[in-house]
Amino acid sequence: MTWRRRGIALCAAALLVLTGCGGGDSGDGSSGGGEASGQVTIDFWHIGTQEPFRSVRVQQAKAFMEANPNVKINVQAIENDAFKSKMTTVAQTGKLPDIFQSWGGGVLKQQIEADLVKDITEDISSWVDTLSPSSLVPYQFDGKTYGVPYSAGMVGFWYNKKLFKEAGIEEPPATWSAFLDAVKKLKAKNITPIALAGGESWTGHFYWAYLAMRVGGLDALKQAEADNNFNTPDFVQAGKHLRELVELEPFQPGFLGAKYNTPDGQAATVGNGKAAMELMGQWAPNVQKEASGKGLGDDLGFFPFPAVEGGKGEATDVFGGADGYAVSKDAPPAAVEFLKFISSVEEQKKLTAEGAIQPVVKGAEEALTDPNLKQLGETVAQATGFQLYLDQAFPPAVGGQVNDSVAELIAGKKTPEQVAEAITETAKTEAE
Amino acid sequence: MVEIRRGSGGRASSRPLSPQEGSSRPVPPKGGAGPGRERRRRAMSAWTTIVLFLLPGLVLFGLLVLLPILIAGYLSFFKWNGLGGIPAPGSDRFIGLDNFVRLFNDPIVLGDLWHMLVLVVLSLVIQLPMALGIALLLNQKMRGRAVYRTLFFAPYVLSEVIAGVLFSLVFSPEHGIANEMLTAIGLENAAAEWLADPDIVLYSLFMVITWKYFGFHMILYLAGRQSIPKELLEAASIDGAGPWRQFRYVTLPLLGPTIRVSIFLSVIGTIQLFDMVWVLTQGGPVHASETLAVTMYQFGFQRNQFGYASAISVVMFLISLVFALGYQRWVLRRDTEGAITSMRDQR
Repeated sequence: MTWRRRGIALCAAALLVLTGCGGGDSGDGSSGGGEASGQVTIDFWHIGTQEPFRSVRVQQAKAFMEANPNVKINVQAIENDAFKSKMTTVAQTGKLPDIFQSWGGGVLKQQIEADLVKDITEDISSWVDTLSPSSLVPYQFDGKTYGVPYSAGMVGFWYNKKLFKEAGIEEPPATWSAFLDAVKKLKAKNITPIALAGGESWTGHFYWAYLAMRVGGLDALKQAEADNNFNTPDFVQAGKHLRELVELEPFQPGFLGAKYNTPDGQAATVGNGKAAMELMGQWAPNVQKEASGKGLGDDLGFFPFPAVEGGKGEATDVFGGADGYAVSKDAPPAAVEFLKFISSVEEQKKLTAEGAIQPVVKGAEEALTDPNLKQLGETVAQATGFQLYLDQAFPPAVGGQVNDSVAELIAGKKTPEQVAEAITETAKTEAE
Repeated sequence: MVEIRRGSGGRASSRPLSPQEGSSRPVPPKGGAGPGRERRRRAMSAWTTIVLFLLPGLVLFGLLVLLPILIAGYLSFFKWNGLGGIPAPGSDRFIGLDNFVRLFNDPIVLGDLWHMLVLVVLSLVIQLPMALGIALLLNQKMRGRAVYRTLFFAPYVLSEVIAGVLFSLVFSPEHGIANEMLTAIGLENAAAEWLADPDIVLYSLFMVITWKYFGFHMILYLAGRQSIPKELLEAASIDGAGPWRQFRYVTLPLLGPTIRVSIFLSVIGTIQLFDMVWVLTQGGPVHASETLAVTMYQFGFQRNQFGYASAISVVMFLISLVFALGYQRWVLRRDTEGAITSMRDQR
């Protein structure tokens, strides 16, 4: 009998626990249950799993908590891909972490439309002019600001000066035909011209995007974003130029399966001197060093994506993005205060000095020591136009299709026309 | 964890009840006050106990298994980017069967179905016979038998992720052991871009799966083989049956139930294949090694098309369900029927 009664009690307890779990989340809405006592908890998710990011963010949170004893910051560094998956899952519950990594653009726009993100225009108005205006562009919609950038840079070619010299290439190519010539010269010397992580399709989309910018100009991309039509001569022409490059077979053996930052991936291949160049963003030197163990040091050089003859785009138009943090709808005011704190010149300099970021706060660029990053910073500063990464600028469905279709183009499975059609089809259905 | 233990505790405590009931049945009740009511009361209380003990398990099963299946089924009729809550039944996000129409015209999904078929056939034709052969070999008396058994079983114990990372190193195009070994023994021409060539990658994947899982099937077969009485084989050999005939007419038929179960597990595992593919290739290059589960993940969690991803998961579920039920009905019937009748006999 007691056995049975105990069983009943257990069942009842189990039920209570279960129902308790189900309903518990909703009460937790405005982060930090103990707000009555003035105690605030801030969840901070970022993707800096590598050093110096990981420890700098923790130090900054500690310093902020010491200055504001009523604030507790939970810092979580989550690896890029895992972070994106995790965000999609928590977004479904209708609640995001108080501060989270964002790249702005289409993904942030979807989150704003779902009413998950805080409009911080007012909160940051007193110090927003310390940030470089172009880095804020991906975070601004309809005149309102939804995020604070911490690093803004561009994609360009990182090349091995020694290998270029060996192949007899005097100076970095400034036009597409000169670039193709350089690839041929490198091949003639038995040097792998380009490393590409074909296993991660975002790396390939840089080529197509830059070519589209050079051929059609920034207006072509704006137009496509507005009317969801990528099936235009400009985008097809961009695909054809990319085919010209692919047909020279410029990539390392097995590139279709290669990853970006693994020990035999794209970054390591360049870092080890096994390929002469890669098309990558401002983080490239750092990852080359991490993945290959040493990096190229002084042999590493940088040149912007070459101009395409007869194209409508300027060679000074820049393709890239700004990493930043957005704030969730219900986040406490201290969250924005923390962003202000890490956006001070001194805090920005900490990461800048390590070469981990391309600073967005005016004055922090003094800390840049690396000549390549300095050159990159100047190129961004003098840019005539700016285009955000396509897989960030568009909604995830369209961005994913761009990456996927371009990867198929590079693998020779799709024609330039089919690529333009496939992206258009996804963009049109997504907009319905 | 706690709930699971509680569930089994429930089963354990209900066991002493039934013999009690069983033994009470032949004994006629002493009091004349309504034997029927007494029996009913007992049956009632037995039912209350059963229901109460099953409840936690049922609630968990409902919440964690049935509900997600229903939600996925529901979502498969919508176009939803995962934000702003699950769409209401009447919302403009409802698109009827469009997701399913798209799915059966999507070359990626059709490719997935083809890869599934190839992997199932290869498993049945190569992996399982190999496991059977090795199991029979390791059943012979030989030196170091236990060592071999452990060695062959070891890959199965390894986590999928670890195995995947290991093989991505083995198959690395320039420094991978696979190519270095082939070159070292003079087979440079056989060296390949194992994971980077769309025409080869599926077979490389199959190699890894075989390496990982044949040990599991081998253990199943070993257990099955050891339950075959020695006398039968002795009798066969006295009747003049050679090793092949002994295998064909004694071992194989008696291993039947084991083989049928192992085929079942292998096929279901192949339909749901995800982790190994994800770690090794993420379905690439250009979808050449993609499986339904990988496609579902990519559309759901990377492209935020949760409606379409749900439709893919529904198709995957239906394929598994139809196969499982059909297999139970047509192939496993003999085995399960035996089990049930013998249970009845025991009763």
